[in-house]
Amino acid sequence: MLRDVTIGQYFPGNSLIHRLDPRFKIVITLIYILMLFTGSNVVCLAVGAVYTLIAVFLSRIPLKMFWKSVKPLLPFLLITALLNILLVDSGDVLYKWKFLKITTGGVNISVFMIIRIVLLIMGSSLLTYTTSPITLTDAIERLLSPLKLLKFPVHELAMMMSIALRFVPTLIEETDKIMSAQKARGAEIDTGSFLTRAKNMISILVPLFISSFRRADELATAMECRCYNGGEGRTRLRQLKAAPRDVIALVITLMFYAAAIAVSIIFKHIMSR
Amino acid sequence: MAILETRQLTYTYSIGSPFEKTAVDHVDLKIEEGEMVGVMGHTGSGKSTLIQHFNGLLRPTSGQVLLDGQDIWADKKKIRDVRFQVGLVFQYPEYQIFEETVFRDIAFGPRNMGLAEKEIKRRVLETAHDIGLREELLKRSPFDLSGGQKRRVAIAGVMAMEPKVLILDEPTAGLDPAGRDKILSHIKRYHERKKNTILIVSHSMEDIAGFADKILVMNKAKLFCYDDTEKVFGRAQEISEIGLDVPQITKVFMELKKQGLDFGKEVYTVPYARDLLLKHLHGKAGDGQC
Amino acid sequence: MENIIEISGLHFSYPADGDTEPAEVLKGIDLTIKEGEFVAVLGHNGSGKSTLAKHINAILLPTEGKVVVDGIDTADESRLFELRQRAGMVFQNPDNQIVSSVVEEDVAFALENLGVPYEEMRRRVDDSLKAVNMYDYRQHSPSQLSGGQKQRIAIAGIIAMQPKCIILDEPTAMLDPQGRKEVMATIRKMNREQGITIVLITHYMDEAAQCDRVVVMDKGTVALDATPREVFSHVEQVMEIGLDVPQVTELAWELRKAGCDIPQDIITEDECVAAIQKLFAAK
Repeated sequence: MLRDVTIGQYFPGNSLIHRLDPRFKIVITLIYILMLFTGSNVVCLAVGAVYTLIAVFLSRIPLKMFWKSVKPLLPFLLITALLNILLVDSGDVLYKWKFLKITTGGVNISVFMIIRIVLLIMGSSLLTYTTSPITLTDAIERLLSPLKLLKFPVHELAMMMSIALRFVPTLIEETDKIMSAQKARGAEIDTGSFLTRAKNMISILVPLFISSFRRADELATAMECRCYNGGEGRTRLRQLKAAPRDVIALVITLMFYAAAIAVSIIFKHIMSR
Repeated sequence: MAILETRQLTYTYSIGSPFEKTAVDHVDLKIEEGEMVGVMGHTGSGKSTLIQHFNGLLRPTSGQVLLDGQDIWADKKKIRDVRFQVGLVFQYPEYQIFEETVFRDIAFGPRNMGLAEKEIKRRVLETAHDIGLREELLKRSPFDLSGGQKRRVAIAGVMAMEPKVLILDEPTAGLDPAGRDKILSHIKRYHERKKNTILIVSHSMEDIAGFADKILVMNKAKLFCYDDTEKVFGRAQEISEIGLDVPQITKVFMELKKQGLDFGKEVYTVPYARDLLLKHLHGKAGDGQC
Repeated sequence: MENIIEISGLHFSYPADGDTEPAEVLKGIDLTIKEGEFVAVLGHNGSGKSTLAKHINAILLPTEGKVVVDGIDTADESRLFELRQRAGMVFQNPDNQIVSSVVEEDVAFALENLGVPYEEMRRRVDDSLKAVNMYDYRQHSPSQLSGGQKQRIAIAGIIAMQPKCIILDEPTAMLDPQGRKEVMATIRKMNREQGITIVLITHYMDEAAQCDRVVVMDKGTVALDATPREVFSHVEQVMEIGLDVPQVTELAWELRKAGCDIPQDIITEDECVAAIQKLFAAK
């Protein structure tokens, strides 16, 4: 059923990773992504992998959750890997049949690419698994707040985002209800030909739109009644305070990044000798 | 033969997850043809889950639902036919309206049944009349109507499928007394004309006390009782103990009985109470004066 | 006691929309409500009761006449936020007035908007949540709550503003009996313990029976304005307007019509039991 869908994939917990300041977590994740993309050889990735595994361990989120987020992208990964194997022509030839040629270079690149993307997915999942969407929105608003000087509507975007998050469960429930109601009138939604199904989607979308507009209208009035007047002069109940552990986490990340670069330079040096 | 029957009907939500919950627990029930049944129970008692089994929107975790003696899940492909035979009107049904005109919205169900245009028209006109919608409203956009009218359009949309069993989940929720009385009296009239089976879910015993032949009470996923209205009101004390509201008038007579003034009858409507009191005051029946 | 709400000569029409005529919804309303009163505004759909409510905190402005709340004319735009702080509003649909995905942040919403400093905000949010008995749910998501609980959160969000008056526009219409009881108990508590003036818009007569005063609206005017006992004793008029009276009141009225000697102003079960006992004792 639709109701079972969880949006944001947040896993409530109280681990060290959960407790990190969300602003730091976002910055750290960005540095992590940079590390994966600037690292141009296997050693770099190995450092990245060690870093990822430590973080995952600290978060106390079961590894199978990360497998869940990698799984949907698997077909895409395999196809790209296959193309790389077949098309890249460098290094020793491992196998040759008519015009097909598999080389060590191709294999290296595909394996490299797969590991890099898997690490990337794991790292960003770690961010969303350990940070609730609303906290994430809040942190993004604060990180982007300097842009307000350039008249960029940071507060408005964050408010829109948080209201959207607030109404996701409500709308899922509503969709479920309307679907049942139309099914009770014989609408074919799970069965029937593509055309009838598409037509019957209208019987769900129209009521959903109408009710969303009504909700939006009522919510706007309710917000006005509670003195909402844009972002100017607002204070916040949610306080974000950086603790020493946030700075330590950032420093450790930077050290890993430095280590990755250093190790890869040494590695290159050795290889070229 | 019972028109609707359940055998050991059980339904469990989210099996295997931490939210696992049995909403309907081994319910055995037989509903006879032509009866007007009131369905009661508080939120979470399982009554909504139960009624969604009657038209096959939910499939039992175990047990059976029989319509006219046939297991509705015997042939999965025929489940859509079951939905035409057992009409279900959800709570706040006006939110399911989507067509451009009232006529087309009421016709949505019959059209899905694949009926001929002429038959569709007959049914739409007939149900609109039954539910008290004037014919000139049929050409209007349903979104221009008042709340009470929209509610009646949505109910008509299910009635027009001419189901053998009509189930209404809180058809009067959120309406004012006048709107409530209007809908209930139209449903009653429809029932008298069609003589079909009707189930009305309600939180308000006062609403259904007046015209339900039988009352079904769900409590904590189990069938608490299913019996003639008068017999169910005979258990008013137990019913208020499981957290349901008993009509004020019933409470008054319960108290009178406690104080030694026993009329030997279950009282649940005002006119009945008046007649009963007058009869006893006067020592004889029928003249209706003090 | 001082008047907190003063409505005089209030007329309101929705502006003409294309081919429709301007519809006059409120046709000359004069009403004053005293500080600390618990007033029910009863009426059927379309009687103008919700439109009236929306005038009290300037969601709508009078076409003609004047509404003054705690000394502030609702038409005075420069004092709009001051007005809305003093007269908070709770709406019918609990889902469509909750802004945040975390209960306590929703309660804080108005305070955030008003720029209340953190320490004070924290205290007021906690106090409000405790007052509506929802403190244990402060970290929950509203989608996990029942309708009655959501409505109590909405009330907490209003009382955090420390208003003098709360207007509730059919707050129980979408709730089950359990939720209705919770919300009514909360409203009564706010009135009794914090002295907040309550204007409760409803069409449930049993809720109106719990108030100090009942204003019955019909066709854009005030049809009756008295104590619940007095209002319900006008059984015929109330029913004609399309509203209910308590079953016990109806029974007494029916018995009186049949010539019994029974008081007309019965509104509770106990009164009804006593009156019937008296009838049989006199027999």
